[in-house]
Amino acid sequence: MRHPFLIAACLGLALLGAGGGQAAPERVVSINLCTDQLALMLAAPGQLVSVSRLSQDARSSPMAKLAQSLPANSVRAEEVFLYNPDLVLAGTFTDQATLSMLRRLGVRVEVIAPAYSLEDVRTRVTQMGSLLGREAEAAALLAEFDAGLAALEQPRGERPRAAIYAARGYSSGPASLSGAILKAAGFYNVATEAGLTVGGVIALERLVMLEPDLVVLPTTWPGASRAEEVLQHRALKELQRRAGSAPLTDRDWICGTPHVLRAISGLAQARAQSDGAE
Amino acid sequence: MTGFRGLIIGLSALVTALFLTSLLVGPAGLSPLRSLNALILGADGPITLVMREIRLPRAILGVMVGGALGLAGAAMQGYLRNPLAEPGLLGVSGSAALGAVLSIQTGIVAGFALALPLAALGGAALSVGLLLLLAGPRGGSLSLILAGIALSALAGALTSLVLNLSPNPFAAAEIVFWMLGSLADRSFLHVALALPFMAVGAALLLPLGRGLDTLTLGEDAAEALGTRLGRLRLMLVAGVAALVGAATAVAGSVGFVGLVVPHLLRGAVGARPSRLLPASALGGAAMVLAADIAVRLLVPERDLKLGVLTAIVGAPLFLHLVYRTRRGEL
Repeated sequence: MRHPFLIAACLGLALLGAGGGQAAPERVVSINLCTDQLALMLAAPGQLVSVSRLSQDARSSPMAKLAQSLPANSVRAEEVFLYNPDLVLAGTFTDQATLSMLRRLGVRVEVIAPAYSLEDVRTRVTQMGSLLGREAEAAALLAEFDAGLAALEQPRGERPRAAIYAARGYSSGPASLSGAILKAAGFYNVATEAGLTVGGVIALERLVMLEPDLVVLPTTWPGASRAEEVLQHRALKELQRRAGSAPLTDRDWICGTPHVLRAISGLAQARAQSDGAE
Repeated sequence: MTGFRGLIIGLSALVTALFLTSLLVGPAGLSPLRSLNALILGADGPITLVMREIRLPRAILGVMVGGALGLAGAAMQGYLRNPLAEPGLLGVSGSAALGAVLSIQTGIVAGFALALPLAALGGAALSVGLLLLLAGPRGGSLSLILAGIALSALAGALTSLVLNLSPNPFAAAEIVFWMLGSLADRSFLHVALALPFMAVGAALLLPLGRGLDTLTLGEDAAEALGTRLGRLRLMLVAGVAALVGAATAVAGSVGFVGLVVPHLLRGAVGARPSRLLPASALGGAAMVLAADIAVRLLVPERDLKLGVLTAIVGAPLFLHLVYRTRRGEL
């Protein structure tokens, strides 16, 4: 009560928000792995009624345990509609046919773009906070994230050269979230030299010629695929023997959530170890 | 005979030239001299690794896969006396792909690597056997093509089904590979898997030349000339299955090679199957090498599939053949 003016201002803002027609939603359904995680972190108890099936899989989701406590959806308009949601959270790459069907049925759909940088991660957290009417929780989560980033050790001397190399030879460039993770962990991304910005395929022979000091490789998924066979190629094995390699744990890398801190610190440790060894 | 020898020498020279070109073409843009030097003598740095472990196996597989498909196509056409018989079109490659996909997705390959070519061979053998059964001894065009359409549709659908059901997030995108074929990022592992089966397949088919020659005179005449048709058919099925199975297991189904190559060379060898067999093997190798060089030059960053190129060349030719068959010229 010491700042009645401030409280009045806050109330005014809150009313303004409500005047915009968007009271905090009560039944939220998320149909995208990344919005699932942000919503799980920020939603009030009972506010989130369903998440996508993918986020219950521990390989793709760092919050699988928590996600399993909610019913899962398979991203189809019909089943999403039957949850009777007043807000559906989707990603940019969610099937447009599903989204337009939901909109036709009168459901409010919000699309959240993927994060391509650590700054994007902060924006998405804030965005999700305001969509769910949980601004305070979002601010607290951001403070935690910033503290985690600040605590990271910065590299001494020259940055070692690293490449991310995934199925089909896909590599992430500097303008991607994975690139941001690599940079925050103190590495130079050799994909830059291959001319990649967001990402693209680097032919195995180009990767070998770029001579990275570290290759960040994903763990293969069950059920085998030819796309992942390149990760078993003898030339890549030989490169791994010469350079180091670090695991690309999909669940911490896919989505722009504060969980990327785990990916960053895992990589930073690998760098610190090799710094110490030299 | 000298014309034939000249043809074989010319084709060999073409394959050699394309093989060398294949070694020198790649996204890394290495200088030809340095890369050949690194390949043969070895050099410091990563270039030796690129040449020996990435480009060399790819070029070798191009020769092997192309040779196998060319030879198998010529043998099938010789036996059925029908220029439309081609392993890719008639669903033999598709069935081999289904076998390969099944062996991969059931996890058998993880424990036993040879299961991959063996399963592909099984799929191919099954479909060749069925085709010969359905088309009858004279290989009538209509029944042959209809049986082939049914077989390739079924094999393609089942392959898609298996890949769609896979727990692997990348598997469904692989339908394209199994249907169109590619040599990208193949290693010596794949050379080693395919080589023994292809060697057996070639050893089975190449000696069939004389028998197939006699068959051009009709079955009765062939038997009168001492050709044992039952044995010929058995060797043909086994040989085609081994070649197409092994090729498909490592490179997916590359269509039309076995159609285009024998068709182009038939005139040059005087339509004698015994000469067409080795010539088609060389021609097939040249065609697949050329296609594989083209996919790397045209859209280097996209992993364009081999089958796209072979179909662009092959499908119009196939339609032309169908047209001529209808007019009764063949």
